[in-house]
Amino acid sequence: MSRELLKGNVAIAEAALRAGMYAYFGYPITPQTELLEHLARRMPELGRVFLQAESEVAAINMVYGAACAGVRTMTSSSSPGISLMQEGLSYIAASDLPCVVVDVMRGGPGLGNILPSQADYFQVTRSAGHGDYHPIVLAPASVQEAVDLTVLAFDLADQYRHLVILAADGLIGQMMEPAELPPMRDLPAERPAYALTGAKGRPPRRIASFYLQAEAEEAYNLQIQARLARIRQNEQRSAEYFTDDAQFLVVGYGTVGRIALSAVRQLRAAGVPVGLFRPITLYPFPEARLRALAERVAGILVVEMNAGQMLEDVRLAVLERAPVHFYGRMGGAVPMPEEIVGALRQLLPTEVLS
Amino acid sequence: MQHELIFAGFGGQGIMFGGQLLAYAAMDGGYHVTWIPSYGPEMRGGTAYCTVVIADQEIGSPVVKHPGIGMIFNAPSFDKFVPMLQPNGLLVYNASLIPQQTERQDLTILPVPATERAPTPQLTNMVMLGALLTAKPILSLEALKAALEAHMPSHRRNLLEANLAALQIGVQLAEEALERL
Amino acid sequence: MTDLLLEATTSHMETVYCMPQALSAQPTHYCPGCTHGVAHRLLAEALDELNMRERAILVAPVGCAVFAYQYFEIDGCEAPHGRAPAMATGLKRVQPDRIVITYQGDGDLASIGAGEILHAAARGEPITVIFINNAIYGMTGGQMAPTSLSGQRTTSSPFGRVGEPLRMSELLAVLPQTAYIVRRSLHNPAHIRKAKKAILTALKAQEAGLGFSMVELLSSCPTNWGLSPAEALEWIEKHMLPVFPVGDYKVAEAVKEL
Repeated sequence: MSRELLKGNVAIAEAALRAGMYAYFGYPITPQTELLEHLARRMPELGRVFLQAESEVAAINMVYGAACAGVRTMTSSSSPGISLMQEGLSYIAASDLPCVVVDVMRGGPGLGNILPSQADYFQVTRSAGHGDYHPIVLAPASVQEAVDLTVLAFDLADQYRHLVILAADGLIGQMMEPAELPPMRDLPAERPAYALTGAKGRPPRRIASFYLQAEAEEAYNLQIQARLARIRQNEQRSAEYFTDDAQFLVVGYGTVGRIALSAVRQLRAAGVPVGLFRPITLYPFPEARLRALAERVAGILVVEMNAGQMLEDVRLAVLERAPVHFYGRMGGAVPMPEEIVGALRQLLPTEVLS
Repeated sequence: MQHELIFAGFGGQGIMFGGQLLAYAAMDGGYHVTWIPSYGPEMRGGTAYCTVVIADQEIGSPVVKHPGIGMIFNAPSFDKFVPMLQPNGLLVYNASLIPQQTERQDLTILPVPATERAPTPQLTNMVMLGALLTAKPILSLEALKAALEAHMPSHRRNLLEANLAALQIGVQLAEEALERL
Repeated sequence: MTDLLLEATTSHMETVYCMPQALSAQPTHYCPGCTHGVAHRLLAEALDELNMRERAILVAPVGCAVFAYQYFEIDGCEAPHGRAPAMATGLKRVQPDRIVITYQGDGDLASIGAGEILHAAARGEPITVIFINNAIYGMTGGQMAPTSLSGQRTTSSPFGRVGEPLRMSELLAVLPQTAYIVRRSLHNPAHIRKAKKAILTALKAQEAGLGFSMVELLSSCPTNWGLSPAEALEWIEKHMLPVFPVGDYKVAEAVKEL
């Protein structure tokens, strides 16, 4: 195995093109810019399409066009840029087109700052645009996982003809860590059956998201819902640490997931039976596994770099099975292991602590 | 085993590459390692810093509030980061540019006249690294040299010998300083 | 006897007018007297004549022409409001040998999509834009457009428009990477014939990879102008032509040689 020391943004970019990304459209924004810069060199080297768009609005619509043509395509941005893409994301989702969007989340709301954040959880999981749908959302906690999930993102996008968002945070984007890149895949020899390639020897194909009649629009919505049900059934992913005998559970994803691992290790070293549940898919939320774990713990602490967004999904999954608590930092502040340990010590029942 | 380091100074002192080189050496040695830069507007003209975590198991938090080892290259960074070092930690600092002292009694402190003794100011980082690995061999000097040879960007290859020489100066300065301690 | 006569006649008949192959055989939803139908037909005829039907892709706008992708027998899609040039950029960049066309109204192209059209033109994207300028928002019911005339009364400028219209052909023609930018009008047969010629040239310019091409077509909106179809055509001539003169605003040397 050949590992390289890679910056998260660069690793995602390189993994994307190795996964067969043929066209990338983007716009500079910190903390994801190295992703764009890497592709500005690499895509032309490979004879593929790289274009710096005039705005995030244009970038996502260029992605929409390339997706209509049936190639693997991607854009990347950070929170304010993702806000600008909402319209295009909704159209892409409503056209059953696969594409991958990388959100290297930063502090908000508004211009906010360029520090790491998870405050886009609602934005990316709840819909990422108007209308009734959810993108598939993947949340890496390391550079290696960012690489692996980038490849998975393209595969899931094609498999379900669905929008996939890789929700990293500024830390994952900026951090360097050893990682192994995937082999370079061949580009597919043929375009998919929906691709707009010119109606040569076949009836014209049309891609649109416009249904004037309520019944037709509803019927289409039901198709989306059926697809989402399949996705919820098949694609829930999570990682667990020390959960076998855990009497109390920490739930965190992305960077917070690994920071919480340090906190859990500290407490384990002190003989306190806590465990960590780290969602890898934010949509579909890994509710089945969390629900099973909730049956056998005394309580759950959700930790996020926001005011409590995944918290809602945890509560919906757990319901009354265990009390759910929250610790969060906002605005680019990163919760440190000591803070998480402190929050846990306040919550843990004396019998668990002793 | 887990080591947490901060490299801090200003642009042109090789702060980022110094941290990266250590990270490369750790990776080549089979360790888990993370490197996080300060990024954004402060990279221009202000304090530049990066943190490195080296461990023999999967690294939890890559974010470090109280690093065990401080590699401090200039005076503003000294004021900012020395108070944050872990109790009983190690402080290696560039005495060429840092006139002040710390009141902390719990640290092992290694002043290194790195900039004045470096072959060029750009090689301050190598002098500091040589001193670090002499004072606390978290990785071997040989591992660092091998990493330098393996990962130095091709357009800087011509500086390899100068880098190795600067490392050796750091070793020598640290040995002298340790004798005085 | 009748059959024989018919047969004799048919065998000597020549087709002089028919439905273009590139046009779908279905009624459109456009209002009576609207010139969208004319513009559709001209584009379809041009695609047929240039043998482009099987390699053309149409990007429809939001606005009255939102269903345009259904009215052509070519591959088509429908862009968010104003974003057709960005979508067309994506389609064209990944398959440069296809003919990519956007069909956009004035609100779509000159207002909400001003950024996208400007930058597609500035990059010299080799796409063809059919720009329908009728100085009003049609689909939403007659509001002020970026191309509404100074003093023009609309439902959102009831006291008359304050300010001057955007002249998009003039604006885009100054960009160095544009190949062909012309304005034509659809208010009478002579102008319609010239419009057809311009569309042919624009598509040929794209095929030759010469850069960005746009044909602006002055069009009527009898419904929202509150005029009969015939009066609306007169209104184009009397009120729009002086503000939006027909003409060639950019014809690159290479296009002249086509």
